[in-house]
Amino acid sequence: MFLTKLKRIIISGSHNFSRSGFTSVASIVIMTITLFVITSLIFIQAGLNQSLNDIKEKVDVTVYFVSGADESSILDLEDSLKNLPEIKDITYTSAEQALNDFREKHSSDYLTLQALDELDDNPLGASLNIRAQDPSQYESISKYFESDSFITQGDLTIIDKIDYHQNKVIIDRLTSIINGAKKLGFALSFILVLISLIITYSTIRLIIYMSKDEINVMKLVGAGSDYIRGPFIVSGVIVGVVASIITILIFIPVSIWLGNQMTDFIGINLYTYYKSNFFQLFIIMIGSGITIGVISSYFAIHRYLRK
Amino acid sequence: MIYFNNVTKKYSEGNTSLEEVSLSIVQGEFVAIVGHSGAGKTTLTKLILAEEKPSIGTVFFESTDIHKLSGKNLMKLRRKIGIVFQDFRLLSNKTVYENIAFAMEAIEKDEKEIKKDVPRVLELVDLTAKANLFPHQLSGGEKQRLAIARAIITQPDLIIADEPTGNLDPINTSEVVNLLKKINDLGTTVILTTHNRSVVEQVKKRVITLENGRVVRDDKEGKYML
Repeated sequence: MFLTKLKRIIISGSHNFSRSGFTSVASIVIMTITLFVITSLIFIQAGLNQSLNDIKEKVDVTVYFVSGADESSILDLEDSLKNLPEIKDITYTSAEQALNDFREKHSSDYLTLQALDELDDNPLGASLNIRAQDPSQYESISKYFESDSFITQGDLTIIDKIDYHQNKVIIDRLTSIINGAKKLGFALSFILVLISLIITYSTIRLIIYMSKDEINVMKLVGAGSDYIRGPFIVSGVIVGVVASIITILIFIPVSIWLGNQMTDFIGINLYTYYKSNFFQLFIIMIGSGITIGVISSYFAIHRYLRK
Repeated sequence: MIYFNNVTKKYSEGNTSLEEVSLSIVQGEFVAIVGHSGAGKTTLTKLILAEEKPSIGTVFFESTDIHKLSGKNLMKLRRKIGIVFQDFRLLSNKTVYENIAFAMEAIEKDEKEIKKDVPRVLELVDLTAKANLFPHQLSGGEKQRLAIARAIITQPDLIIADEPTGNLDPINTSEVVNLLKKINDLGTTVILTTHNRSVVEQVKKRVITLENGRVVRDDKEGKYML
């Protein structure tokens, strides 16, 4: 009997859907808009994360050592820094390397090069370029240098300067922009998703309200709650599936266009992103479509069955 | 079969729809309930279906107090009653065939029985040729015959027809009344509410007359006396 009942509910639900014409179209349109908003937010989050990561990548601090500083102490320092969890990446540039880089950079500037040749010693010191996991950690890293005993050679400090202090304002501001953008992005997504959910629920509720006389007739004929509710939920599932397929199709040209036009601006090709995450996005869309359809129908019809 | 014990129904203070109504209806009877609009006819049928609760008094279906039922038991009671409304109340998204089959599906009849019984009833109400049409494609008389078919398909003990001819022309009216008489002849109790004189005269059965919510006449083979 259960299977027969299920079969009847599914057939009845599909009939409801296919024979309701305008109301089915209306609920698909609304559901598609909701799924479109959800997917757009996923895209925006992906773009935002990419941009924020790009910005983060651009932030680093360089520790310049005095010229003539003992190389082995600098390498010891590098080793000890590597063990710090805050540090993502650290590169050592020796004094010779720094000089070579300098020469290369100014290869067309004979005056400077001549002046350099006049000197007996290499005027440049070695340096360590440090990248932290998170921009907010530069402060503690730079403090580390002030407290560590590696950095002294006799009575003198071997550190010439740390450019964190020069860049502090910019780094701090970037850190707060990144954090703010993340929070704002999350809050906006939450609000938009909530609004579209409310609109979808209201639409489905309105459609079920229009069927309230029929629900009453079904009750009077002696149909049980499951048998009345079932077809509406099946219609909800169909609306969810159809709307998610439409959304998926819409996003193909949209992502191609965004990929062509906006890649430089966002820092990520959304078409490539769409292609490589297609399966996950497909599951998210179909999953949200069905869930929203089922839950809205269930609650919307609940009030008419209670009486 | 149906017993009203001193039933009063007030919708709000000063708006009394039924007042101290006591009556009983026996198995197999055909009862016409007549009265002007607002006399309380529809309220009476709604009380039997437990769509409304009495303010005072009790309504029994056989030995069960209808208004003490809830959930599953109420559903079971309603399955013993077939209803026909003035405004048909058909399921607009279902075909003629599906409207009738739905009533059987609702009470969990199996597919074999449905395939056997629905065509028979369609023939009884003369809608075989229209089985695949939707309600909006039918005339008023056909809609009402469909409603009757839906009401009788589950072989209920009681048929309540609330102003079934209210929206029909005289020819269709007479057809519908004959159909109800035929169903009554087969043993089903029928309660018919109407304010149509010719219907009452055609039926020639028991007539209960309501006026301002009170039973003013109850004639064994009544005439329309308003």
